[in-house]
Amino acid sequence: MSTFLGTPPFPQAARTALADPQLRQNLAHATHTIRDKRARVVAEVEDWEALRQAGAAIKDHTLAHLPDYLEQLEAALTAAGAVVHWARDAAEANAVVAAVAKAHDVDEVVKVKSMVTQEIGLNEALAAEGIAAWETDLAELIVQLGDDLPSHILVPAIHRNRAEIRRIFADRMAAAGRPAPDDLTDEPAELAAAARLHLREKFLRAKVGVSGANFAVAESGTLVVVESEGNGRMCLTLPEVLVSVVGIEKVVPSFADLDVLLRLLPRSSTGERMNPYTSMWSGVRSGDGPQEVHVVLLDNGRTNALADDVGRTALRCIRCSACLNACPVYERVGGHAYGSVYPGPIGAILNPLMRGVGTDPQVDSLPYASSLCGRCEEVCPVAIPIPEILVDLRAQVVDAHRGSVTPKPEAIAMKGAAKAFGSGRRLGLSERLTGLALGLARRLPLVSAWTGTRDLPPAPRQSFREWWRDDRP
Amino acid sequence: MRVGLLVTCLNDALFPDAGKAVVTLLRRLGVDVDFPPGQTCCGQPMVNTGYLDEAVPAVRATVEAFAGYDAVVVPSGSCAGSVRHQHGIVARRAGDPGLAVLADRTYELSEFLVDVLGVTDVGASFPHRVTYHPTCHSLRMLGVGDRPRRLLEQVRGLTLLDLPAAEECCGFGGTFAVKNADTSVSMGSDKVRHVLGTGAEYLVAGDSSCLMHLGGLLRRQRAGVRTAHLAEILAAT
Amino acid sequence: MTAREEVLARVRAAVRDAASVERPTPVPGAAGGVELFCERVADYRAVVEQCTADELPARVAAALSGLTYVVPDGLWLDLPDGVRDEPTLSAAELDGIDAVVTAAAVGIAETGTIVLDHGPGQGRRALTLVPDHHLCLVRADQVVPDVPDAVARLDPSRPLTWISGPSATSDIELTRVEGVHGPRHLHVVVVG
Repeated sequence: MSTFLGTPPFPQAARTALADPQLRQNLAHATHTIRDKRARVVAEVEDWEALRQAGAAIKDHTLAHLPDYLEQLEAALTAAGAVVHWARDAAEANAVVAAVAKAHDVDEVVKVKSMVTQEIGLNEALAAEGIAAWETDLAELIVQLGDDLPSHILVPAIHRNRAEIRRIFADRMAAAGRPAPDDLTDEPAELAAAARLHLREKFLRAKVGVSGANFAVAESGTLVVVESEGNGRMCLTLPEVLVSVVGIEKVVPSFADLDVLLRLLPRSSTGERMNPYTSMWSGVRSGDGPQEVHVVLLDNGRTNALADDVGRTALRCIRCSACLNACPVYERVGGHAYGSVYPGPIGAILNPLMRGVGTDPQVDSLPYASSLCGRCEEVCPVAIPIPEILVDLRAQVVDAHRGSVTPKPEAIAMKGAAKAFGSGRRLGLSERLTGLALGLARRLPLVSAWTGTRDLPPAPRQSFREWWRDDRP
Repeated sequence: MRVGLLVTCLNDALFPDAGKAVVTLLRRLGVDVDFPPGQTCCGQPMVNTGYLDEAVPAVRATVEAFAGYDAVVVPSGSCAGSVRHQHGIVARRAGDPGLAVLADRTYELSEFLVDVLGVTDVGASFPHRVTYHPTCHSLRMLGVGDRPRRLLEQVRGLTLLDLPAAEECCGFGGTFAVKNADTSVSMGSDKVRHVLGTGAEYLVAGDSSCLMHLGGLLRRQRAGVRTAHLAEILAAT
Repeated sequence: MTAREEVLARVRAAVRDAASVERPTPVPGAAGGVELFCERVADYRAVVEQCTADELPARVAAALSGLTYVVPDGLWLDLPDGVRDEPTLSAAELDGIDAVVTAAAVGIAETGTIVLDHGPGQGRRALTLVPDHHLCLVRADQVVPDVPDAVARLDPSRPLTWISGPSATSDIELTRVEGVHGPRHLHVVVVG
């Protein structure tokens, strides 16, 4: 199983990705397709802006009162027959899931596509305990069979085209269960049908299902899973036992809040008025679905983000991935370059917020993986000010390295700039500004990075301020 | 009304013609614009790279230079956005609310022309094929909307050609252009491809920074398309 | 400290100085009716038809022609030839049945969604999941304009399944394919 460990800092990872024309083509096609679909269904909504501000307010309100809502959720879940577990980190959450599986003496579980279980490396942790975790979402299946890494929140195999997928199915399905048909072509419908047959035997025999949740309603203990294929319903309904791993930021106060969020999420995510299937369940329902239900409430760095006054709003995120599709950087380099299950603009803020800055150069490179063009914020259904958070995180990265014994050339240059820009008159900046700018450029590894592909503008005969002072008509 | 020109450090040092054009344009419209020489840089390069302490002297110099002015005109969406949205960040960092006072009286050039002066026909003439790139910060940070287009549409002889995917970022992004040079150039190359597809003689934008990036790519390709700041077109007669 | 105590303590510390935010006022939904509902269901490439109560038995018979089907308890249309979920069918047994016929709790016009609350005539969740055809009977008075109206009518203590068209995926090059794991055929009949 592949992991994101060892991903180089963003600029290097991006360079590798940019050199892959097939990847570029797959990404451009996919991101533009979803972008256009989203724009069409968002335009249908009379007051989209009011809806997204309401979504933001629901999440901000919940986050501000999170201790109360978490305790309310726990009480409601318990009253509905669920067993609630708490996990400080990935290892604790993984241990809960493994313990449930072992208690039922199973060597496999079926999984609903879930970002949080990828975040905590659940599959790898279960494998280490001798338990196979079968991904059942089509894209996740492609990624799992291909021993690959997801590169998009919604469409994890966005970097693969149909020919590549056909090859993965033909080569790898047999080792995991029912083989692909001999005459498999690369028609998407045929590939989907092969996945249906391959997974159906797993659904029908599975004793333990594992899921995440899109929302967790505090007042009723209702968990919500939003999906398209029905693999989620299979995992949530057919097994005897269900374990759901839920990040603590997934709470919403009341069932009525779903009205706003279910109008925002599908339109922003798949560009549909509504996704094919949404499942809601509250604990155990006698005679219907799993009769043993566990819920793991997970921190794993979320409280770090929550404690950040500027970054806190990142926890509004409902994982729609609209920001990925809108991002000109993501569109060109894809998800792997971000080195995390959370790629794109939201990943560029969530990873540093959850993991902290100043220790890992890869994490520190993420806030800079943006031209600050602002499209992410524009399409975000809960109005997360991603550019503002990126800028704040850049300051956190810089501050974390202040006082370093070997300051970066950039830091030295910025200090020089601070001095030069302190006063136009006193420093006689007018005559020196062009020289200063070019001097700055030379202190940084700027010149080659710029001039490799771009000409520098010719230096003017006189600066504007010289003209104003001496030659103004 | 005392109007001060915040010419921006980039225009001052590398693109003085853009600044001169603003002066020509505003004088023609009856505005006696002044250039306070104490100004240096709005602080954006430092803030956007994460150097908040280093931004304080530049922001202070800017605020002091424009202390006596009723309106600050900036021929840059990005720098106007910096004054409006980032000086507050620097002010909080420095514990000095006085550093954020310019936010409410700072206007990007097209905003100043359309909203404050109330003109869209500035009496310009420019008989050329032009395509306009709406820069990200003017479009999304400031929300200047179609003001620049409305100004360009009134220019005599000018043929305004639609730029496909106009609202896509050009890839400049300040230090992004060098920290992530490969991605930046990839974005810029797509923009240049769209520009060349229009058949325009001039690529126009309200930010010299984006034009420096795109102009650098165009010149390297010897594409023959020239770049011009919005102010230069509006000043032309 | 237990994990519970520690996580809650971290959360409390993190939001100690966070400004309280008011919950939003409701954002009204759209105002469509049965006609829009049918259009929007059809947009998902589901089969949708409207009929009177008198016409219903013939329509249902036609829709189920040649198929084996399961009928949950409490369905308001009498279908004596259907397989009953009594004793409870295993998943494998359900997998051997072609179709299921159910009622619904709510239909949502704006989004073309049917919602099952798995009450009478709707069966437990597996019944509408494993068979490959789902024939859903919606009374016209169950169709509400938009999502807020549906949420107001539903009871979160019940399991709820929101269905908008047949199972689908766009995971391969964003090409929409109807039919992966859930029913590949959704047939909605609006009655009255």
